[in-house]
Amino acid sequence: MTTRRELLLAAAGGWLLGSTAPAGVGALAAEAPGAEPLEALPGKKPLIRRAWRPPNYETPLEGLVPLYTPNDLFFVRYHLAVIPEIDADTWRLKVGGAAAQRPMDLTLHDLKHGFERVTLTAVNQCSGNRRGLFSPRVPGVQWGNGAMGNAEWSGVRLRDVLGKAGVAAGAVEVVFNGADLPVLPATPDFLKSLPIERALDENTLVAFEMNGKALPHLNGAPARLIVPGWTGTYWVKHLTEVRIEPAPFDGFWMKSAYRLPTGAFPSVRFKTQETPETTPITEMLVNSLITSHVNGAHLKRGAHVELAGKAWDGGAGIAAVEVSIDGRQSWQAATLGRDLGRFGWREFRYRLDAPQPGPLTVAVRARSRDGATQPEKLTVNPGGYHDNIVQTVTLDVG
Amino acid sequence: MRRTLVIACTALLAAAAAVAAVAGEQSLTLHEGAGRDLTAGRCAICHSLDYIPNNAPVMDRTGWQKIIQKMRERFGAPISDPEAQQILDYLAGNYAGKS
Ligand code: HEC
Repeated sequence: MTTRRELLLAAAGGWLLGSTAPAGVGALAAEAPGAEPLEALPGKKPLIRRAWRPPNYETPLEGLVPLYTPNDLFFVRYHLAVIPEIDADTWRLKVGGAAAQRPMDLTLHDLKHGFERVTLTAVNQCSGNRRGLFSPRVPGVQWGNGAMGNAEWSGVRLRDVLGKAGVAAGAVEVVFNGADLPVLPATPDFLKSLPIERALDENTLVAFEMNGKALPHLNGAPARLIVPGWTGTYWVKHLTEVRIEPAPFDGFWMKSAYRLPTGAFPSVRFKTQETPETTPITEMLVNSLITSHVNGAHLKRGAHVELAGKAWDGGAGIAAVEVSIDGRQSWQAATLGRDLGRFGWREFRYRLDAPQPGPLTVAVRARSRDGATQPEKLTVNPGGYHDNIVQTVTLDVG
Repeated sequence: MRRTLVIACTALLAAAAAVAAVAGEQSLTLHEGAGRDLTAGRCAICHSLDYIPNNAPVMDRTGWQKIIQKMRERFGAPISDPEAQQILDYLAGNYAGKS
């Protein structure tokens, strides 16, 4: 019987040869719940498979080491299994809705040449990232740490597109549809909405490029929504339709999915979708991830080691990352890397000295510019969202 | 394309699963047991069967009952009451790994 650890080790073989591979990848395999073999989808390098159909594949830890997550290592997340390949030449973006004054259809050429081009760096993190590490565990795709990535997105402001279509007074939400479809028509199609203010925010984009190249098919070609700071569920892929509406949208994926207990988290409120019991997930919470080492990694005693990783939040920007090696009694500042803008993640580095043999437990916590820090305790919720608790790894010094 | 799929699904579930399935997922065989073929036929219409073992560690009988209900009521899974009962018995007996 092959253990999960052996499987992942075998699958990760290629990676382990790379110079950037985090120390102790085998230990991660033993720790990550339901770890699956790596598998390459068309146009992608091997990713950790969480489901075959619809394709749900996460980035292995090694893929989160570069400052910009390469397109062919970026995670893939779909709810519905019918995913048409779209011909960019015949693709149309339909812009309308009951609160649109001048409904119109745009070609990709119209989009690229009719509006000002904007580029920004932003983290795209699935709402359910780390659900598989949640305790108590909850149903859903059992993601580890890799349902996220950081990229440079280029496109046009949604605001400019909406402006051309004319936003009537009384518009409250903008609804988005993508080309992906359910297998059976009885399954609700994947449509999402944004509050009108967020749709008109200068940072909300319709993007057609990722890291300077056309969007990969599995990341939403030919154009997708970019909602910097907000979780991936709003970043609708293969965008086909944008509707400006005078009433709250009541589709399944807004009313019944991606919801949190009202008041449980300190996030921006999506008021037109809120009930006394539940409210839509909105921005990401301040969080961090150690990418240089995994639990159980071996360190040579006396050697100087660099601990490194990434920190991000919902758009305030990262103010500081702190490291504790004494069981959270004292915290030292890590060095922050280049600022990629408030929606990008921030690299951190910390020189670790390991003078004593034995286990060394390292804890990392990030603080955002609005003062929020990572909590010690998980706020349990049925969807398994927002796991941003302080991460610890125990290294084996010898 | 979608219409063809729908007809295939409602008329011939096994065939529909074959139409939509991706290479690789055929390598997963559910555990032996009464109700396995029914479960494999119905639960692979919209997604691959790995949704079952992947969620098993989280599941007990009540958990599976809620999932089956969600698949039927929210997602429109074409599963009758007696079928749902058989599938529940199968999943609770073979894929309830919640500790
Ligand atoms: C009519 C389509 C359909 C059928 C048939 C169906 N499912 Fe699903 N199922 C879905 C959709 C859609 C999702 C959401 C997928 C996602 O978000 O990744 C889902 C998700 C799940 C999940 C993850 C938990 C969740 O709530 O998202 C489990 C477990 C699951 N299905 C089990 C089953 C089982 C067991 C059966 C057979 C009894 C079944 N499904 C049949 C459509 C279906």
